[in-house]
Amino acid sequence: MIFSQLGKGLIVSVEIFILTLVFSMPLGLLVSFGRMSKNIVIRTIMKVYISIMRGTPLMLQLIVVYFAPYYVLGMKISSAYRFIAVIIGFAVNYAAYFAEIYRGGIESMPKGQYEAAQVLGYGKTQTFWKIILPQVIKRILPAVTNEIITLVKDTSLAFVIAVAEMFTIAKQIAAAQASIFPLMIAGAYYFIFNLVVALVMEYAEKKCNYYR
Amino acid sequence: MENKNLQENNPMENKSLQETNPMENINLLEINHMRKQFGNLEVLKDISLNVKKGEVVSIIGPSGSGKSTLLRCATLLERMDGGDLIYLGEAVCRDENGESKYVSKKELKKFHRYFGLVFQNFNLFPHFSVMKNIIDAPVSVAGVPKKEAEQTARKLLKQLGLEDKADAYPYQLSGGQQQRVSIARALALKPQILFFDEPTSALDPELTAEVLKVIKQLAKEHMTMIIVTHEMNFAREVSDKIIFMEDGVIQQQGTPQEIFQSPNERVREFIGKLSD
Repeated sequence: MIFSQLGKGLIVSVEIFILTLVFSMPLGLLVSFGRMSKNIVIRTIMKVYISIMRGTPLMLQLIVVYFAPYYVLGMKISSAYRFIAVIIGFAVNYAAYFAEIYRGGIESMPKGQYEAAQVLGYGKTQTFWKIILPQVIKRILPAVTNEIITLVKDTSLAFVIAVAEMFTIAKQIAAAQASIFPLMIAGAYYFIFNLVVALVMEYAEKKCNYYR
Repeated sequence: MENKNLQENNPMENKSLQETNPMENINLLEINHMRKQFGNLEVLKDISLNVKKGEVVSIIGPSGSGKSTLLRCATLLERMDGGDLIYLGEAVCRDENGESKYVSKKELKKFHRYFGLVFQNFNLFPHFSVMKNIIDAPVSVAGVPKKEAEQTARKLLKQLGLEDKADAYPYQLSGGQQQRVSIARALALKPQILFFDEPTSALDPELTAEVLKVIKQLAKEHMTMIIVTHEMNFAREVSDKIIFMEDGVIQQQGTPQEIFQSPNERVREFIGKLSD
């Protein structure tokens, strides 16, 4: 009973997890480009964006994303928007963290790689996608793994706008039964979830190990 | 389209750039009054230099004399501030009122086909196999069919004594082998001129010898080359012309004999220190 209820919550957690990655990883790349832009306006905007995203609680950001349409735009908030707000909140928050990881990776690339590509006639776009990015991915995988594992646990923050992910449900059951047992089960589920994530990332790192 | 362009600008030239006769006397590279400064530091002051087809030119001189900057300007890694840079009669930039005016970015691209550059630290792409390092630019930049590029690459690898390394990754190779791969990578694009920026400075003497052997072999095949080097004996042996640079100017240029028996005491002193 508990297991199946938590299982349902787990599915929501996994949905948040996957959708967040799908949106935040590419978005982070765009943000990191902006952060490294020669244009000082774009660069500054991205700096401010990153500093707000990292400097305020994700829980608060979720609340802001959820209520802003009502308070700022006077729109009516439908309950379907809850889940969307969670995804938007997570995606823009994680994009900021990913952007800084990408930037670290990109800036760590030796200048010689760019110069060799330039002399061989590669254009800027080709150089980035063929020469730079594959090497950056290898360099940033450990940091990305950290971030992804944090995300698994952060999905529990969705409770703040009453999205019924696993932790929300665990708390409800725990309150109803006056027992912490459901929370322990939820903990076990998170742990297993992260074990899977860690295994996948380890495999990805191994895949990148064909060169140094 | 490239060919058409070439012909328009170079009436002397026929399609086969590699053919010898009509080209014999044309300057593959012409540098006039090249100037370059970084901030207030004048690194190159009025450098002029001509390189003909088949010539091997060595550039020697102390550190900080501007040798590498000269090479970087010639290979478009740096923009020169003043002077002309001309490949096969086509200007990359011309001096206008003491300032180098470059052709448009789009036109700039085609000049990359005229030259290759071999770096001091090889700068191979570590995530590509040796084969891919060599064929990727010809295939994805120059549009050579993959099969053809692979054939060329195998020929080059054989020529450079690396035929069994096609599937290896750079980290699995010695420094000397890596440098030879990077020479192969440059040659695969069939450049008119090959530049070397201290190609053996990162190598121990044994590996140095194996790379110098390859360059000597290329010289025998009349590859046009400009080599920045500290290997005096090698420079003497391989060069048609040696340029001695110091403080951003060419102090002396001439045949190896002229340089090694230079009346200029500073040149003799420098060479004496470095030759054994």
